[in-house]
Amino acid sequence: MANALEATERKQNDKSTARDIYLPPERKKVSGGGAPHVSAKNFSIYYGEFEAVKKVNADILSKYVTAIIGPSGCGKSTFLRAINRMNDLIPNCHTTGALMFDGDDVYGKFTDEVLLRKKIGMVFQKPNPFPKSIFDNIAYGPRLHGIKDRKTLDALVEKSLRKAALWDEVSDRLDKNALGLSGGQQQRLCVARTLAVEPEILLLDEPTSALDPKATAKIEDLIQELRGSYTIMIVTHNMQQASRVSDYTMFFYEGVLIEHAPTAQLFTRPKDQMTEDYITGRFS
Amino acid sequence: MNLGTRKLLDRSFTALGIGSIIIMGLALLVVLVPIVSNGIGALVFRETVEHRKLLLSEFHRGDAGDLEKELVISNGYRQKAFDILAAFDRELEQMEPERQEVYRESYEQVRTALRVLLGPLPGEELPELTRFRYGQTRWDKAEEKLHDLLYEQKWDYSNPDVIAKPNDVSRASIFAGTSLVRLFPYVEENIDRMMMPQWTIYWGFITDSSLDSHFFGGIWPEIQGTIFLAIGAMIFAFPLGVIAAIYFTEYAREGFLNSLLRSANSTLAGVPSIVFGLFGLAFFINTLHVSESKSVLAGSLTLAIMILPTIIRAAEEAILSVPKTYKEASLGLGSTKWNTIMTVILPAALPGILTGGVISLGRAAGETAPIIFTAAVSVGTAIGLGDVLSSPTPALSWNIYNLASEHEAAAQIRHVQYGMVLSLVMIVLLLNLSAVILRARISKKLKG
Ligand SMILES: Nc1ncnc2c1ncn2[C@@H]1O[C@H](COP(=O)(O)OP(=O)(O)OP(=O)(O)O)[C@@H](O)[C@H]1O
Ligand SMILES: [Mg+2]
Repeated sequence: MANALEATERKQNDKSTARDIYLPPERKKVSGGGAPHVSAKNFSIYYGEFEAVKKVNADILSKYVTAIIGPSGCGKSTFLRAINRMNDLIPNCHTTGALMFDGDDVYGKFTDEVLLRKKIGMVFQKPNPFPKSIFDNIAYGPRLHGIKDRKTLDALVEKSLRKAALWDEVSDRLDKNALGLSGGQQQRLCVARTLAVEPEILLLDEPTSALDPKATAKIEDLIQELRGSYTIMIVTHNMQQASRVSDYTMFFYEGVLIEHAPTAQLFTRPKDQMTEDYITGRFS
Repeated sequence: MNLGTRKLLDRSFTALGIGSIIIMGLALLVVLVPIVSNGIGALVFRETVEHRKLLLSEFHRGDAGDLEKELVISNGYRQKAFDILAAFDRELEQMEPERQEVYRESYEQVRTALRVLLGPLPGEELPELTRFRYGQTRWDKAEEKLHDLLYEQKWDYSNPDVIAKPNDVSRASIFAGTSLVRLFPYVEENIDRMMMPQWTIYWGFITDSSLDSHFFGGIWPEIQGTIFLAIGAMIFAFPLGVIAAIYFTEYAREGFLNSLLRSANSTLAGVPSIVFGLFGLAFFINTLHVSESKSVLAGSLTLAIMILPTIIRAAEEAILSVPKTYKEASLGLGSTKWNTIMTVILPAALPGILTGGVISLGRAAGETAPIIFTAAVSVGTAIGLGDVLSSPTPALSWNIYNLASEHEAAAQIRHVQYGMVLSLVMIVLLLNLSAVILRARISKKLKG
């Protein structure tokens, strides 16, 4: 698929299409990426009897950004939350088929979901910092995983905040309560908090839907920064956003993965009529 | 509905609301004012020299030298009264038997009244009970007793159609023509020189043990007992309640058993406290034999069972009100469930949990029925911390009831009873106040 991406990149440079607005920016190949990081094979997710995600087959490529789009209730969040087993919190939620992470079965009998979540971090739709200081928020994960040394923690907190482009704004008030930050800052704090655990995959569920355009732009910039270092999956209702930030896009409709393709291709020459209808706004 | 009626409705509802609040405030005032004013009287009053004598000899407090000087003056004035008595004794001896008969009964009353006022009369043996060894220790009581000395209460039965009324008859008129007649104006004139009243704040009321079943002294054993019982109940109920709440909210699977347990818990919260008292006796003392008979331990356990449902409910609600997003965030960072509960959920739920705890503590301090059969004795000394496993204790709630209903001299020590009521009210109020402050503090810290 990495090759497919390059191909579309070239093609896209050659000719422009009618839907300029969705044209993704030029994308560089990521070094060392492109291997299937998460693979779904006939993967279904049920809430009780209800099959919310239906027999998905897909490879999510490492170090690239994959966007998930689709109308409300189509199972985007369900699919995303299944990857780090956040759905375990829902009592009657279960899965069939296989979901592999780095070649291991996510839902295997001997999988440690706590370890899994350490490797697959998640940022939620609503910023959800803990009611603790900024420092304690970032240090929460590392402390959990056994880092007690203050110097190491200091360094880690700074590194994470810098990665999340928040350091300059909060470096002088690390001991203040995180709930005092603005919504956009809080969301970047949540990203920093996730990064502090040094995950391999970053799952973002509509991370900007509660933010204003300026804060949204910052998060999008952040995703660009992080691309190449982390495998990123982002659920979004905003198709411009999907086209701006992602390399690949998955289009879900009523729990079915309709189309999964390089973003440029999906937005310019979708293979499926439904995708075409959705991205042109014929239904939503 | 048009604008006019709507406004009218709004206004009348506002008036109704304010009215009910005012009525509530008045009711509270009616209850609190006598409690406070009478209760303060146990602490702040005019003490007589008898009180100072009592404090020195029974509690070894006060300056012996100062008291000695005071007693010289006081006894000087008293001696004159005693001299009058002695003179009348001689006069009585010389009277014919018929005339003696006339005065004998009244004279006994005078001697009794004087004994009550000033303490044992000269030549009398020191009485067995402490309450008879001293005269009136409080000036307000001394004034009442002075009245008893000056007037005899006669019941007027002359008209059989109306209920008999008491009638004050001056004793001076009874003894007219005898040498005793001088006694009454003399005592009335010199009573404050004999008693030497002084305003005082008697902190000992809080820190002293009672003497002669609350006749003198303070209520420390009761206060301490109340504190022991309430804290003991907390030690058992609080951790247990919080653990149960965590189980209900985080671990229990929805199902028949779970909902059964929950409704059992709610029912338990509504059970009358006397039932807990009987249960405590039957279960902790008679079945488990946690102690030979009543003990602080048995009482604490009984109170713990009584407040457990409240603590569980409060903690459950506090835990449930923690935003689910905190939990998701923590689990999403690779935290275990247990760790999430300890580091995120409990700290965020703490204000609610603590409020529930402190309110239950207040309830445990105030309840009477659960400790009647399990822990409370009416008169006792303060027990040591080492005795809580085996000894019963006096406690405020129970002793208030006891003083009001069963004490042989209840009417003479109303101030002690009011003092106890005030102390209990203060303890409960302070606990609730601290709950409010604690909650505000922690919430502020959490909100940033
Ligand atoms: N806890 C749940 N129990 C039962 N059904 C659920 C639960 N959560 C979601 N669903 C159902 O699963 C389907 C997919 O929900 P999901 O939240 O994944 O949609 P989504 O694509 O994220 O929608 P949105 O864009 O509105 O966030 C919906 O039909 C929804 O009603
Ligand atoms: Mg969603």
